[in-house]
Amino acid sequence: MCSYLTVAADVAGSAKGAQGWFSVTTAQVYFDHPFHAPFDHTLNIDFIDPAKGPGARVAVELSAESARRLVASINEALAAAGPAAGPEAQGVAGASVSVNVS
Amino acid sequence: MPAPPEEALSARNVMLTGRDGAQINAYQAVPAGDGPFPGVLVIHHLPGWDWSTKEIARRFAARGYNAICPNLYARQGLDVDPDDAAAATREAGGIPDEQFVGDAGVAVEALRALPSSNGKVGVIGYCSGGRHAFLTALSVPVDAAVDCYGAFVTGTVPEGFPLKVTPLVDRTPELGCPLLGLFGNDDQFPSPEQVDELEQALKDAGKTYEFVRYDGAGHAFFAVDRPAYRPEAAVDGWQRIFDWYGRYLAGG
Repeated sequence: MCSYLTVAADVAGSAKGAQGWFSVTTAQVYFDHPFHAPFDHTLNIDFIDPAKGPGARVAVELSAESARRLVASINEALAAAGPAAGPEAQGVAGASVSVNVS
Repeated sequence: MPAPPEEALSARNVMLTGRDGAQINAYQAVPAGDGPFPGVLVIHHLPGWDWSTKEIARRFAARGYNAICPNLYARQGLDVDPDDAAAATREAGGIPDEQFVGDAGVAVEALRALPSSNGKVGVIGYCSGGRHAFLTALSVPVDAAVDCYGAFVTGTVPEGFPLKVTPLVDRTPELGCPLLGLFGNDDQFPSPEQVDELEQALKDAGKTYEFVRYDGAGHAFFAVDRPAYRPEAAVDGWQRIFDWYGRYLAGG
């Protein structure tokens, strides 16, 4: 199949794209054909700020297996941080993220 | 179709003006020589106006066809990277069919306006572009169409599907040219049953068509850079595409 459900997450933080750092407001998460990765489908995450236009995007295309590993790693890192990651450390709601994929 | 010597060609970006006045960049690949050459409208897939679709345009030029591939996501900005434009368009639910038909129409007119044109134009699309190729054949005067595993010509769009698409099968009587369909039997979108439904509609409407269904192949079997690539199906498919266009686009 070409496209599946998009799950959007409100995020607060920054990402570094082709034009340098910018604040991101949304992470679009979906399973679809990749643009670049050599797989039939990938778990794609677009860190974006729609107000800044289509170019304000940091994209990753991950195999399904590696995406699951990433989820586990994020949760493990947040849990290890304990109180430093805030009152919602056991979940990711409201967490700030900073991403550098350049 | 006579190919140019040594498969010589040239390619560049050209500008089209949409029915709505929008500026649309398009990749144009043409054979060396004066022609006359038939034209092919190459429609890109959901990942956008990407290198692999432009490579298909070059393949047609190398075989003696004027090819054009309009950037269907140009309204995201002419200087926006194609992958960013694709992501933003996906987020917006895709492009409206009416907009696509307008863009396809001006691209076909641009092909026919080339001094080297023989007046004949075909259309081809893959994946979402397969549905768009069918839609072109319903709506724009073209002489031959090729639908490569286009989803949602028939069938039911799943709940939560991110694109605002509707099936087209009820409009099959409007099909204005012969249709070649290439499908993988392991595909789910379109499934073999959905291909059956389209074939029945074509029969009922008395249309000229040819369907080829490949065992051991699924969606996107032409995509050389993905695991879905199936060399036997792709090689045979390309031969059938050139045979089809040779049959319906020659002369003029």
